[in-house]
Amino acid sequence: MNITVTGSTKEYPQGLTVAQLIQLEKVATPEYVTVSINDEFILSATFAEKTLNEGDHVEFMYFMGGGR
Amino acid sequence: MAFSNEQLERYSRHMILKEVGVKGQKRLLESKVLIIGAGGLGAPAALYLAAAGVGVIGIADADDVDLSNLQRQVIHTTPDVGKAKVRSAEESMKAINPEITVHTYRTYVLANNIGQLIAEYDFIIDGTDNFPAKFLINDACVLGKKPFSHAGIIRFQGQLMTYLPGQGPCYRCVFSSPPPPDAVPTCRQAGVIGAMGGVIGSLQAMEAVKYIIGQGELLCGSLLTYDALNMEFRKIKLPRRDSCAVCGSQPTIIAPFDYEQAACEVKG
Ligand SMILES: [Zn+2]
Repeated sequence: MNITVTGSTKEYPQGLTVAQLIQLEKVATPEYVTVSINDEFILSATFAEKTLNEGDHVEFMYFMGGGR
Repeated sequence: MAFSNEQLERYSRHMILKEVGVKGQKRLLESKVLIIGAGGLGAPAALYLAAAGVGVIGIADADDVDLSNLQRQVIHTTPDVGKAKVRSAEESMKAINPEITVHTYRTYVLANNIGQLIAEYDFIIDGTDNFPAKFLINDACVLGKKPFSHAGIIRFQGQLMTYLPGQGPCYRCVFSSPPPPDAVPTCRQAGVIGAMGGVIGSLQAMEAVKYIIGQGELLCGSLLTYDALNMEFRKIKLPRRDSCAVCGSQPTIIAPFDYEQAACEVKG
C-alpha cells in the first residue's frame, strides 16, 4: 500500500499502525511527536491501534524549543 | 498624517509596492509589535521591523548579552557583551531607525505579567527559547485575542506558525502540553546554526508586516518547516483540535499559568 509520509510517497506493509510507522521512519522523539493523517490530528494514545490506509497522507510535527 | 521628505525617501521601496503603498506604510508607522526574547529569532525580527518603520516596538528579555550569543544574535555587537539585551537591542533598532519608539522590558515574561504586556500591542512575536515560555505566550495570546507568530529553531531546522484569534489553530492544538523538562534537546544542548535565527526570525517579521498591512496569506492553519541541510521548506496543514485545552470548544485553561522550567534552562 502506498502512503505519503512527510511529502514522499512510498510502499508500506498492509495494516501498518501509526506506532509502527513512527518506528519505521526512525522518528527521533517518538513519545513527543504529533501526527496528522489526512490533515486530522491523531491522539497519541491511539498510535498503537490506529492503522493506515492506502493513499493516506501522514505528517509528523516535532517540538522545537530553541529561539534565543 | 503626512509623510516628511525623509520618510518618503526612507520608505520608498515599501511605498512603491502596490501591496504596501502610502496606506500600508502609514499602517506600519501606526502599529505596535511586541517581541519576546532578544535573541536568535528576536534579533532579525526586531531589526527588520525597526527598519520597516513599525511605530512602537516592545522588546522583552531579562538577560545580558553573553559572548556565546554573538554567533547568531545579530542585533548585539561585541562591545555590548555584559549589557542588558533589551538595551543593546534598543540601541541597534534606534540606530537603524531613530523615528520609532522602543519600549524595553528587562524581565522574564511570566503568567503574572504577560497579560498586561501583550495588551498594548497589535501583534506578538515569540522569540523565546523554552517550552514554558512558548506555551505561556500561546495561552495568553489565545485568551487575550492577540495574533502572534510562534517559532522554534534547533540545529539545522526551524519552524513557525501564525495564530489569528478566532481563526486558526493555536500552538497547543499542535502540541497539547510541553515535553517534560530535558526530554527534548534545547539549542544550548544541541546547538543551532547561526543563520537559522536569521531565516526564521525574518519570516516572523514578514508575518507581522503582512498582518499589519493586511496583505497575503498568513501561516494561519499551517506550520512552515525548514530543513537547512536538505534546503527544504514544507508547509504542513494544521487542523484545529476541538479538544484543545485553550482554544477548543470546552477550554480548561482560562488564565495563563507557568510551567516548570527545565533545570538546565533556568538561567537563560
Ligand atoms: Zn488550540
